Amino acid sequence: MAHPTAARWVTAERLREPKIIHSVLDLIGDTPLIEIRKIAEGISPGVKIFAKLEGFNPGGSVKDRPALKMIQEGIKSGKLAPGKIIIDSTSGNTGIALAMIGRVLGYPVELVMPSNVSAERKRIIDAYGAKVTYSDPLEGSDGAIRLCREILHKEPEKYFKPDQYFNPMNPQSHYETTGPEIYRQTNGQITHFIAGIGTSGTIMGTGRYLKEKNPKIRVIAVEPDDALHGLEGLKHMATSIVPGIYQESELDEKFPAATDAAYAMVYRLSQEEGILVGQSSGAAMHATLQIARKLRSGVLVTVFPDFGDKYLTTNLWVGWRDRMAVGNLQFSI
Amino acid sequence: MSVRVRVPTPLRKFTNGADEVNAQGPNVRALVDDLETKYPGIKERICDETGKVRRFVNVYVNGDDIRFLQNLETSLKEGDNISIVPAIAGG
Repeated sequence: MAHPTAARWVTAERLREPKIIHSVLDLIGDTPLIEIRKIAEGISPGVKIFAKLEGFNPGGSVKDRPALKMIQEGIKSGKLAPGKIIIDSTSGNTGIALAMIGRVLGYPVELVMPSNVSAERKRIIDAYGAKVTYSDPLEGSDGAIRLCREILHKEPEKYFKPDQYFNPMNPQSHYETTGPEIYRQTNGQITHFIAGIGTSGTIMGTGRYLKEKNPKIRVIAVEPDDALHGLEGLKHMATSIVPGIYQESELDEKFPAATDAAYAMVYRLSQEEGILVGQSSGAAMHATLQIARKLRSGVLVTVFPDFGDKYLTTNLWVGWRDRMAVGNLQFSI
Repeated sequence: MSVRVRVPTPLRKFTNGADEVNAQGPNVRALVDDLETKYPGIKERICDETGKVRRFVNVYVNGDDIRFLQNLETSLKEGDNISIVPAIAGG
């Protein structure tokens, strides 16, 4: 019998044959790539825009990928062994990923987060049974980084810290999974990769892989346009503790995103595409659309780091209908 | 009458690095104006062009969000603690 082609194998595996999943961790990665059509109306017909829906990961965000890789590497190196507690600072999504993975692998998890993370994130992490220490909300995620270092400094032998801002396994996870997935899903046709910077793991690892496959692919990072911003999950590098994994020289360009434009795009995505996402996805889509408008041809891929259900109680949605009604939404086209 | 205002990291460039400053005003609106007088440029970071508090900035009076009080008209008294809290960044 002829050996099935890779395409047939993937189709059969995914859609036809019932498949038993042995662990929720096996569901991490292989997220869908969706074409953005309505919002892209008006751009050159030679330009296609796709978004990778990382909300399909079992922990609900792109952070499942680096969290799993960092923990696997910790176990492999012996730094994480039974009796140790996993600890890290996070603005939320990495915390959810670590809490979930810790449960599956049998390690307790402690997280340090600013106390003003969304109520939904707090409840999800609580539901996984992780312990949380809250840091001063005025100090932002950098305050959580510092407090986590203090806790670790007191009892270093008690903990394993994945250290997402400095661990090369964070970008490595994207080099090994997100990058190859995108390249494959676009049949190698991708011309631009656009993603927000939080730890910078996604843009660094994915960008590195894509550049190796085709050095002409442009890698563009999206960051808040100001130190004071409302783009939860994204980092304004010039005024933050710069992550050790961040290598600005590997980027072709940085796109500054205004909070209002990103919020407006979140509303457009829910209203026009039926895709409910968070603030950082709005910023990524806004940047991608602006870049697409200047092109005659190209295949642009961006990342939607999570879905929007974790942000429904945040200011993003407070009074949004009023803002639309009074014409405060500044659409990009 | 004086109240204490806790300043978040991204706004400390206006307050010469201070994480806490004193300011005056019978309500939050007057307080923000007083901050602007002392630290020019800070108001437009807190409020938008229509004068409302920006969506991604939360102002708390003794731990309560002014959106659930009387917004900028929330009255203040001697010794109140005000916090200006932005959204969360990064990872």
